[in-house]
Amino acid sequence: MEDIKELIRKYVISEYLDEGEEITYDSPLISSGYVDSFSMVSLLVFLENKFKIKIPPEKATPEAFDSVNKIVELVNKYINK
Amino acid sequence: MSNFGLYEERIKDFNWSIAEKELEYRDGNVLNIGWYCSDRICLKGKAGKTALIYEGFGGIKKRYTFNDIRIAGNVIGNFLRNLGIKSEDRVCLFMDRIPELYLSFLGGLKIGAIVQPLFSAFGEESLFIRLENAQTRAIITQSKHLSKVRKIRDRLPHLEFIIIVDHVITKKLESREIAFSLHESAPVENLEIFPATAESPSVLHYTSGTTGQPKGVKHVHYSIIAQYLTTKWVLDLQEDDIYWCTADPGWVTGTSYGIIGPWSLGITQCVLDAGFSAQTWYKFIYDNKITVWYSAPTAIRSLMRAGDEIVREFNLSSLRHLASVGEPLNSEAVIWSIKMFGKPFHDTFWQTETGCIMITNFPGMKVKPGSMGKPFPGITGVVLDPKKYEPIIEPGKIGLIAFRPGWPSMMRNYWNNEEKYKEKFVNGWYLSGDRSSIDNEGYFWFVGRDDDVINTGGHLVSPFEVESALLEHPAVGESAVVAKPDVINMEVVKAFITLKPGFSPGPDLELEIMNFIRKKLSPLAMPQAVEFMDKLPKTRSGKILRRLLHAKEWGEEIGDISTLEND
Repeated sequence: MEDIKELIRKYVISEYLDEGEEITYDSPLISSGYVDSFSMVSLLVFLENKFKIKIPPEKATPEAFDSVNKIVELVNKYINK
Repeated sequence: MSNFGLYEERIKDFNWSIAEKELEYRDGNVLNIGWYCSDRICLKGKAGKTALIYEGFGGIKKRYTFNDIRIAGNVIGNFLRNLGIKSEDRVCLFMDRIPELYLSFLGGLKIGAIVQPLFSAFGEESLFIRLENAQTRAIITQSKHLSKVRKIRDRLPHLEFIIIVDHVITKKLESREIAFSLHESAPVENLEIFPATAESPSVLHYTSGTTGQPKGVKHVHYSIIAQYLTTKWVLDLQEDDIYWCTADPGWVTGTSYGIIGPWSLGITQCVLDAGFSAQTWYKFIYDNKITVWYSAPTAIRSLMRAGDEIVREFNLSSLRHLASVGEPLNSEAVIWSIKMFGKPFHDTFWQTETGCIMITNFPGMKVKPGSMGKPFPGITGVVLDPKKYEPIIEPGKIGLIAFRPGWPSMMRNYWNNEEKYKEKFVNGWYLSGDRSSIDNEGYFWFVGRDDDVINTGGHLVSPFEVESALLEHPAVGESAVVAKPDVINMEVVKAFITLKPGFSPGPDLELEIMNFIRKKLSPLAMPQAVEFMDKLPKTRSGKILRRLLHAKEWGEEIGDISTLEND
């Protein structure tokens, strides 16, 4: 679990944050503007590729993507299906 | 009773002098938008009235009166003038929706500079193309966007000043960079306002076409006449309203109706710079008792998707008028808003080039869900036969939406691109590039674009710009970019790609290409789908047949393929 969390956190930092910016597992991503609704699509593709899952479009909401912890919660619903 | 009244009455003997009189403007007078939106309101006795209610990330809240925005505009104008910025110099505003963005807009105009607002999510290449084209002399930005400017500044010899509004003293400033803090600057009570006249240039917004690089749409100070009256009649803003325009001033809605319209009327407006979520938006409306809300179909459809339950968690009864812009508003969204808010969203149609609302469903007029409404008084709007370029009289027949030029906020040209500007006019009509029909009651019904430009979430994306950027990726051999249908954004970018030898298609490469474009151009331009192909469909002369790929995406007839290259 910790590995997934850290993997996602590192990916978000490397792809969406500016140099020197940091986030915690609970930092807001969408409501803080780090990730916008268009960029969310590339984050979704990353999750689907990395964890070999398919997240239905209606579940990929700004609320479900608003922190690393929330994303992990979403991924876990599909990871062993 | 709405400001507008009855359509039939308003179109009789309409003249833009109605707005000129209300703004006490006479032909030949000084006309400076920066002054009209702040100093004039103060002179009207509203200096202490709230002009701006701002909420940013982390719940930061700020309020500014009209006197505050007047003085802040003076401070910024004075600062720019002391740097040597002169009238008609281009000053780019490259900031998130922070107060300095709105106040710099006023400050730049007050000294006669041409303000060039750009969407802060643009990547360095999108930024470079627009700054180079405008030969921009100064850019006002935030520390968080500085790295993008630093990457391109050496290729921009005209860019003399990089002004950072939130510079942290511990970080080192580099070449051409200047720190500026609005709140630490001494107030400037009186500023000599640049004596702009009606035709003095004011704002330069960039928009995308099918071919070529983005075009700078030049507006003039006289645009305020149309922006004032359309705000009053279409958005129905009244003295005690609390208004929220959700658009970013990097795009034309965010300046015409997110700054000039409401502030020229002396109306309190709200700005939320905290990303999108249904919860955040509804809470913002509730907290600020917003009465008039101007948003976009993409946002409305996203709210619909978030469900009805969350709407009921908030008392949104303060809302009295709703409007929408950016792309056609589907009838389901109109019906949903009636169900949830007790009133419909009123669709408005206009463009960067028109500067003001052209066709709309007016307050008090029957709203036909899914229709664009009727032309604003004084606007001659028609659909033209696409071959003869003559107005179509027959109801329901599809043609090109066109307008007779002459309204106050019409663009004056494309920056340094007379050829493209001329292409927009045929037989004395301005061609919008959109298609529609008109029904027997005079309502317009949107059909689609007349070119390959992609309208994603209300923003135009040029396939040419994305294709050019894709070719810079080491794996991409050839590319073709088209619109793909999307439930929320109406259209999104889809890229068809052939790979160079040595590269293999796969999900990781797809993601890499998506992120490459997101960072280089913008999240809007990022392909939301990538399809790898062995070869792209081409004509015998080697031109990529984009329309074939478009037809495939939309399930349309492929049409004549006689020019298709044979194997």
